[in-house]
Amino acid sequence: MRPFDYHRATAPDDAARAAASGGTFIAGGTNLVDLMKLEVMAPERLVDITRLDMRGIEETGDGGLRIGALVSNTDLANDARVRRDWPVLSRALLSGATQQLRNKATTGGNLLQRTRCLYFYDRAMPCNKREPGSGCGAMEGFNRILAVLGTSDHCIATHPSDMAVAMMALGAEVEIARAGGNTERLPLDDLYLLPGDTPERETVLAPGDLITAVILPAPVAGRQSYRKVRDRASYAFALVSVAAVVAVEDGKVARADLAFGGLAPKPWRDKDVEAALLGQPPSEALFDKAADILLAKAQGHGANDFKIPLARRVLSAVLTELTEGAAA
Amino acid sequence: MQTSLTINGETRQLDLDPRTSLLDALRHHLGLTGSKKGCDHGQCGACTVLINGRRVNACLSLLCMHEGDEVVPIEGLGQPGALSPMQQAFVEKDGYQCGYCTPGQICSATAMLEEIAQGWPSHVTADLEARPELTTEEISERMSGNLCRCSAYPNIVDAIRKAAGETA
Ligand SMILES: Cc1cc2nc3c(=O)[nH]c(=O)nc-3n(C[C@H](O)[C@H](O)[C@H](O)COP(=O)(O)OP(=O)(O)OC[C@H]3O[C@@H](n4cnc5c(N)ncnc54)[C@H](O)[C@@H]3O)c2cc1C
Ligand code: SF4
Ligand code: FES
Ligand code: FES
Repeated sequence: MRPFDYHRATAPDDAARAAASGGTFIAGGTNLVDLMKLEVMAPERLVDITRLDMRGIEETGDGGLRIGALVSNTDLANDARVRRDWPVLSRALLSGATQQLRNKATTGGNLLQRTRCLYFYDRAMPCNKREPGSGCGAMEGFNRILAVLGTSDHCIATHPSDMAVAMMALGAEVEIARAGGNTERLPLDDLYLLPGDTPERETVLAPGDLITAVILPAPVAGRQSYRKVRDRASYAFALVSVAAVVAVEDGKVARADLAFGGLAPKPWRDKDVEAALLGQPPSEALFDKAADILLAKAQGHGANDFKIPLARRVLSAVLTELTEGAAA
Repeated sequence: MQTSLTINGETRQLDLDPRTSLLDALRHHLGLTGSKKGCDHGQCGACTVLINGRRVNACLSLLCMHEGDEVVPIEGLGQPGALSPMQQAFVEKDGYQCGYCTPGQICSATAMLEEIAQGWPSHVTADLEARPELTTEEISERMSGNLCRCSAYPNIVDAIRKAAGETA
């Protein structure tokens, strides 16, 4: 690990100041410390934000929830309100990592965790994300875990978070304290950038911008599910995952909020897929049509080709589960 | 870099490079070699310790970030002659072969029983709002962060059941 200066932030503006000039925030450290050990990341200064007051989960005026950026993945999954009204979020969190890791991992850190692309982790290999311009080792290499949607010729990495996929389906917003002093709220979808020709830029955050909270809108009527397919039953990242909030009224799909993990460089939401489902009676043929839309532009790179048919089946399974037996 | 924290109930003052992990601090600087380094990347659980009562991977924890925290590694759970119920159960049920993963398994399992008592759900809990039960499926899922290269898993599960008060 490269040497670094350590700064324990005492207030958000102190944190922003320390990070704006070459500092990197650290929260749970479960991703950053790992990457620092491998020297994939080598911050000159670590700004420890764990003493900031961002651990609360509060109800918002309109029935939603404001989740502080330092709320641990454990505390969020366990929250009685989340278990009752946003179970897809609890389910997504509980499907990720292990209890030991979830105890440390934070909401903000989880959103900003880096890809698990093997080439990104291996400094002997070319990787445009780690070293812009060096090439993409994964494109024609071991890319079984990588993306089929939203990629570019420069990078096919996936965003590995389960939590973010559920938050995307729930229409969450991110609250950001900009280094300049402003506070902003962005739809989660707008936090992330697609790789394009700058895969090293993953979000719209500038140095020193601090995520302070995630805001969930009020719960909606419908059934929720998080389905994660992976190489082993526990303690593995998603190959494909689907977070879904689905309602059926008068025999027709009245809501289909869907987000996908394991398929793209960011938690993936496609409104065209949802529009195709709305107002239609649920059926195998309808789910297939939704999958056609989702996967119209999907492109495999050999070892990850299987994700395309897998995504179709997982989507169909989730929609079947959530519409079956619903009031006809 | 000065860090002051409580380890097994005793206040300890350490002056170490900020790069030092909590695991290395315990093993190399405090002579507490019970916690093991299997992978050093959060993947095996051999380094599991309790921080403020919760199980975490000490290898992904920087010592300097734990100012004021209470750390309990395996040595704090019990000692020869005064084993904790979980340690005793691992001995009686043969919950290990080489023993390398065992300190992490025991710290993890000790916290796990407490989590179940507090009603924390897991990935395999059918009803998120119901009290979780100590089924084999629940134990396996909740202990999945502790790998055992010797595959002593069946006996580890038996030991946990025994410590939980079931006569397995
Ligand atoms: C073995 C292993 C298995 C895992 N399996 C899964 C899995 O199955 N599913 C899954 O979803 N995840 C998994 N994870 C990843 C885990 O969820 C993340 O490591 C964790 O959520 C990161 O949170 P953290 O607080 O530890 O982040 P840190 O490591 O502290 O930070 C991560 C990044 O976020 C930045 N950051 C942190 N907080 C803020 C903030 N408030 N504002 C701005 N920037 C911030 C940091 O600068 C850093 O770049 C796994 C991890 C490991 C090690
Ligand atoms: S897919 Fe992206 S992260 Fe992986 S090697 Fe290519 S550029 Fe790097
Ligand atoms: S040594 Fe910490 S998880 Fe393996
Ligand atoms: S007993 Fe040998 S690794 Fe578990």
